[in-house]
Amino acid sequence: MLRIALKMLFGDSAKFYGILLGLTFATLLITQQAAIFVGLMSRTYALIEETPQADLWVTDPTMQFVDDTKPMQVTALDRVRSVSGIEWASPLFKGLLVAKLPNGGRQICDVIGVDDATLIGAPAILLQGKVEDLRKTDAIFIESRGAGKQLLQPLTADKNGPKRPMQVGDELELNERRAIIAGIAETRPSFQNVPTIYTTYLRAVGFAPANRRTLSLILVKALPGQDLLELQQRIQAQTGLSAYTPAEFSWKTLDYWMTQTGIPINFGMAIALGFLVGVAIAGQMFYNFTLDNLRYFGAMKAMGATSRQLLQMVAVQGLAAGVLGLGLGLGATALFGLMIPGDRLAFKLTWHLPIISTIAVVIIVLGASSLSIWKVIRLDPKEVFSG
Amino acid sequence: MSVEQAIFCEGITKTYGEGEAAVKALRGIDLTADFGEIIALVGPSGCGKTTLISIFAAILSRSSGTLRLAGVDPDAMTNQERTLFRREKVGFIFQQFNLVPQISVVENVAIPLLLRGENRSESLDRAEKLLTEVGLHNRAQSRPSKLSGGQQQRVAIARSLIHEPSILVCDEPTSALDGATGQRVMELIREQGRRPDRLVVLVTHDERIYHFADRIAHVDDGLITRIVTSDVELAALQAVAFEKGKAQ
Repeated sequence: MLRIALKMLFGDSAKFYGILLGLTFATLLITQQAAIFVGLMSRTYALIEETPQADLWVTDPTMQFVDDTKPMQVTALDRVRSVSGIEWASPLFKGLLVAKLPNGGRQICDVIGVDDATLIGAPAILLQGKVEDLRKTDAIFIESRGAGKQLLQPLTADKNGPKRPMQVGDELELNERRAIIAGIAETRPSFQNVPTIYTTYLRAVGFAPANRRTLSLILVKALPGQDLLELQQRIQAQTGLSAYTPAEFSWKTLDYWMTQTGIPINFGMAIALGFLVGVAIAGQMFYNFTLDNLRYFGAMKAMGATSRQLLQMVAVQGLAAGVLGLGLGLGATALFGLMIPGDRLAFKLTWHLPIISTIAVVIIVLGASSLSIWKVIRLDPKEVFSG
Repeated sequence: MSVEQAIFCEGITKTYGEGEAAVKALRGIDLTADFGEIIALVGPSGCGKTTLISIFAAILSRSSGTLRLAGVDPDAMTNQERTLFRREKVGFIFQQFNLVPQISVVENVAIPLLLRGENRSESLDRAEKLLTEVGLHNRAQSRPSKLSGGQQQRVAIARSLIHEPSILVCDEPTSALDGATGQRVMELIREQGRRPDRLVVLVTHDERIYHFADRIAHVDDGLITRIVTSDVELAALQAVAFEKGKAQ
């Protein structure tokens, strides 16, 4: 009878494709919007993931997220270094500065200043140049995305003519100071989507407007065997600063964007819309499909179909529609992700998202099936008689 | 009462609702019918025919009275047992055929066997044989919508007989068909349906098929007012027609 149930579903092509379209579209909307949301949110802590050497990130206690730089006095670095259990502690400068381009244009850039001595915090992947090149006079690294987009340079005197990406050897100015591109790095896109410039800490401080407090962050490596929690507590107790593991700092950053901005609500509404589309189109159509077939279910009930058999028939119809709709929706989402360049649109399809979409589709199908099953179970078989 | 009787009922009543809203659909039905017999239930709309046929098909419970269907009291059974009783003992032919439109004709015929959990290919083989008997072997793989009304009712007849029921319940089997097709369908029901171990219960308004029944039970206002053989009924109908003709 289950084969007959499936044939009943597939045989009603108008309703079947309607149900399928509804579930596919709902899955696509839910998963795609959720993937963009996750992608966007993961960009907020890209710097933390780009700097895997640090066991702890030490910040001003009032700092809310990684881009919320609350500079500390440089003496904070020495105070942190004096805490026992630390292998090394490196300064990190982070700030938005305006770069003047060779063509006269200006562009806000995210400047990261890494430890002059160890270069800890420098980008891991360099497409051109070597990490040591950062020690050259006025050297900076720029990341490839910015070099090929916001920092494009005209090839001719005509500003609107053909352009080329910035390359090694090109110069730009940061706060009236010359900076020479010594390397091209590949990094993950940041939330702010501005070009990122890497240089040494002292050079970055020189690029930045004069300020008594210049130390944005301190990267800490624990001694081997050192309990991180204890070290965190010691740093906080002895320096009055905050210390986070990379995971904690990422979550703190994420938490800020989740709770302090309207982004989750906007995406949540889009996801809810996808769910409603599923309920409205697929759920409604599935229920109508059952209603249309009620007289046949009634005839089967009269002929001796048990409630269990009818329930199984409706359930297998719901399951088939759900599996197909979910599969098509997830496939379409994956295709969407593959077709859109990663730097254009934040898109991160983590393993959680198909599970969330599956749960949503299960709820839609279960809801529609339950209504349908209820109708079929309560069906009075004598209604199939003409009287 | 005898176990040989297909239906034994005495003083059957059926009331829908309670209190002031109660409606008495049956007010004391007495009827016995034997295996091998074709009995027609006739009467005006709302007289209780559908309620009675639903009780005879073990779909509906009576309110009071005595009932035996093929020797057993369906109201002494649980719902599940009644469902299984219908599956084994009762065949159905509906006015609107109720053939599942999305599956083939042969699959429609096999439904009663598939409901019993019988092997699919064996069930389809039996269904094909039965379709041959009703003259539709070449339409086995067609969808019901591709068939004429008469052909669809022949499929429904095959479906109703495939599990060899003891009681065949036919609800207005010809009212959706033209006269000639209706006659052929009834001939088929008589040829294929009548067995020494089977009772055919027919609900109809169609006077043209009265002669297919052995006995005709007139139902009116929840009671069987008279039971006559089809010969007597036909003679009476002819007399009425003759009187009408004379008056005109």
